[in-house]
Amino acid sequence: MRYALPLVLFAALVGFLYVGLHRDPRLVPSPLIGKPAPDFALGTLATPDTAVKRADLLGKPYLLNVWASWCAQCREEHPLLLDLQRTGQVTLVGLNYHDELGAARAWLTERGDPYGLTLFDPEGRLGLDLGVYGVPETFLVDATGTIRYKHVGPLTNDVLARELLPLLAQLAPRQP
Amino acid sequence: MIAELGHFALAMALAIGVLLTLVPLIGAQRGNVLWMSLARPAARAQFLFVALAFAALAHAFINNDFSLAYVAQNSNSALPLAYRISALWGAHEGSLLLWVLLLSAWSCAVSFGSRGLPLAFSARVLAVMGAISVGFLLFMLATSNPFLRQLPPPSDGADLNPLLQDFGLVVHPPMLYTGYVGFSVAFAFAIAGLIGGHLDSAWARWARPWTLLAWTFLTLGIALGSWWAYYELGWGGWWFWDPVENASFMPWLLGTALIHSLAATEKRDVFKSWTVLLAIGAFGLSLLGTFLVRSGVLTSVHAFASDPARGVFILVFLVLVIGGALALYAWRGTSMQSGASYALTSRESFLLANSVLLTVSCATVLLGTLYPLVLDALGLGKISVGPPYFNAVFVPLMAPLVVLLGLGQHARWKQDRFAELCRGLRLPLLGTLVLLATAVATLSEARSPRAVFGLALAFWVLASSVGGVLRRCRARSAPWAAFMHLPAAYLGQHLAHIGFAVTIIGVTLVSLDTVDVHSRAAPGDSVTAGDYVFTFAAATPIEGPNYDGTAARFEVTRDGEHVTTLSAEKRNYHVRGMPMTEAGIAPGLRRDLYVSLGEPLDEKTWSVRVSVKPFVRWLWLGALLMAAGGAVAMCDPRFRRLATRLAARAATGGAVTG
Repeated sequence: MRYALPLVLFAALVGFLYVGLHRDPRLVPSPLIGKPAPDFALGTLATPDTAVKRADLLGKPYLLNVWASWCAQCREEHPLLLDLQRTGQVTLVGLNYHDELGAARAWLTERGDPYGLTLFDPEGRLGLDLGVYGVPETFLVDATGTIRYKHVGPLTNDVLARELLPLLAQLAPRQP
Repeated sequence: MIAELGHFALAMALAIGVLLTLVPLIGAQRGNVLWMSLARPAARAQFLFVALAFAALAHAFINNDFSLAYVAQNSNSALPLAYRISALWGAHEGSLLLWVLLLSAWSCAVSFGSRGLPLAFSARVLAVMGAISVGFLLFMLATSNPFLRQLPPPSDGADLNPLLQDFGLVVHPPMLYTGYVGFSVAFAFAIAGLIGGHLDSAWARWARPWTLLAWTFLTLGIALGSWWAYYELGWGGWWFWDPVENASFMPWLLGTALIHSLAATEKRDVFKSWTVLLAIGAFGLSLLGTFLVRSGVLTSVHAFASDPARGVFILVFLVLVIGGALALYAWRGTSMQSGASYALTSRESFLLANSVLLTVSCATVLLGTLYPLVLDALGLGKISVGPPYFNAVFVPLMAPLVVLLGLGQHARWKQDRFAELCRGLRLPLLGTLVLLATAVATLSEARSPRAVFGLALAFWVLASSVGGVLRRCRARSAPWAAFMHLPAAYLGQHLAHIGFAVTIIGVTLVSLDTVDVHSRAAPGDSVTAGDYVFTFAAATPIEGPNYDGTAARFEVTRDGEHVTTLSAEKRNYHVRGMPMTEAGIAPGLRRDLYVSLGEPLDEKTWSVRVSVKPFVRWLWLGALLMAAGGAVAMCDPRFRRLATRLAARAATGGAVTG
């Protein structure tokens, strides 16, 4: 019997791989869509000791982009975020996830900072509440603080043009 | 026309592969010598046809035949010749062809190197490798054919991804794949042994040199990949725990366990079933890596354009090959009784402990790589896995491994008295302390507690390896002559362990003591990192064959004295419109100086990153020594002598039959 154990483990692994094959790792539906963004009070990269709260960001829609200096795909995504910020279509809020202050700051100095502010979440508390599964991830939060959209993996021009920007345009009329 | 010939050659190779699988296998079952004898010529013929297909595709790349869709997607007429050739394996279809070419090359090599083996055994080995090649050739012809025409042909190609336009692409994939695929030989030996029901020490002796060779290539391949990431990706990192890196690292970990376990099986007739399992596992993880990279189940910087149909195919193939192997193992496992016993304090125990530690660390890497996928499949919560996880679980597993490595080298086989073992360890312990004291006294980097810990581990391995060799030679009347006559396998073992120590030194110091400064700078500005001052001297426009960009010259000084001049480039590749960073690096044994350009901030100012990376070269130097150790050990003439003698005994009706 003990010689059959590897076979059983392997069968379980194949089961997971088979299910995984039919899921797009970049399209994880979030149970949070349509729900209020979780509450938080976190320091920022600029001022780690002063907390920014969820309420402080209400009033206009923003894109919450989860990133980390150790994340290879964030490097890939970064130029696109810089471009997006230059167009001024939406405010970008960074969520620096499981990172070190120095490394995160250096990362932005080197590559340019597209974020109005970057929340600093070294223990991943907000990340946990948001169900962050892989970095980078991006959430669209509307003026009332409700999560409207979630994207897993690096944003692409395609996703931006086909999904995010149209959604943003829908949100715009509600702005005073 | 030549492309059609290539396509035809692939189909021929598939047909030969089917013959190679079925005929010798049935022949071995029935004891039909003629059928078994087909294996060797069939393996060689298959290699010939795959090589023909490979040459046909290379011809299309060299001559810019953009009527082939694969060439048009991955090459361009402005691309330099060396990159046009390596562009062949720059994407999915071509890299698969390289995989198959190397697999058939290994089969061909086995067909020549297996003359000392019993006919039935070698026939089964080649048949198993033939079966694997059938799977991959079918996969290629059905879903990923590089010879498909695209008419009318585009006027020029879409160019090779600029990230890949580098010497790294020329050498890294062939080396890595040779290692990956090489584990198929150990796998085939294990399966042939299971089918024949004779897994004894002779089996281990035959499998050892092949496994060592594959391990050597894989070590080199991983080291080259790490070096490439370091200098080309402009990130200055050397390991990212990216899923694809993990995919190559997992077979390496199990392969390392395998070569040690094989040594114990050969010498002492122990751990037989464990060794077989490791051989299946090492190749299984190579296949799993192929699945992960090409199916799109995980996101990675390396991922090829993915396609679920390909994923299903590889998964089915994985089930057939590994599932079949494990089923055979479950069925035949009971016949593998270990012949020898051993005491708790013995080299066997230390080898087993290390084998288990390597397997566990491999499992943690597998878990970390697949965890997001598994949780998602179960519909449970979600988790992010990155370097924080891997560093937290992997490093603590390596520390006891290193301690046991030093102990194991000194313990005797079968049984050792604890007191005697301790006495033998006095010299290495003393050596460790002396080396550590010297390092702390002379290196400013070596003074933090974590650095001292890492260095202590490295010096322990170093001292116990050198001490082991010294002790063995000193025991003889003529120590120098004894040194010259040490068996190659023994020398290789110690060389590889010394290499491991050198890598630990590199990993420890570069991880803990790298000085990184990110800053904005215009020509004339200076940036200070550690003892070094980097002065941005000038920025000049540059023009390459298929790109243009800016080169920034940096003058580096230390205490006012000029050290070196570095040039970092920012390139823009025309066809794909992609910006690329070429770092300026001054390599050194003691430290690397590293400059890379970030984004242009305005007309003259750039964001600039300068780093001083102590001992980073030691990482790869250690890997080279490990590979050299593997190569030296493999050349031990003992393997051939014993194999021949055993084969002769088998031929006269002895114990060993296929």
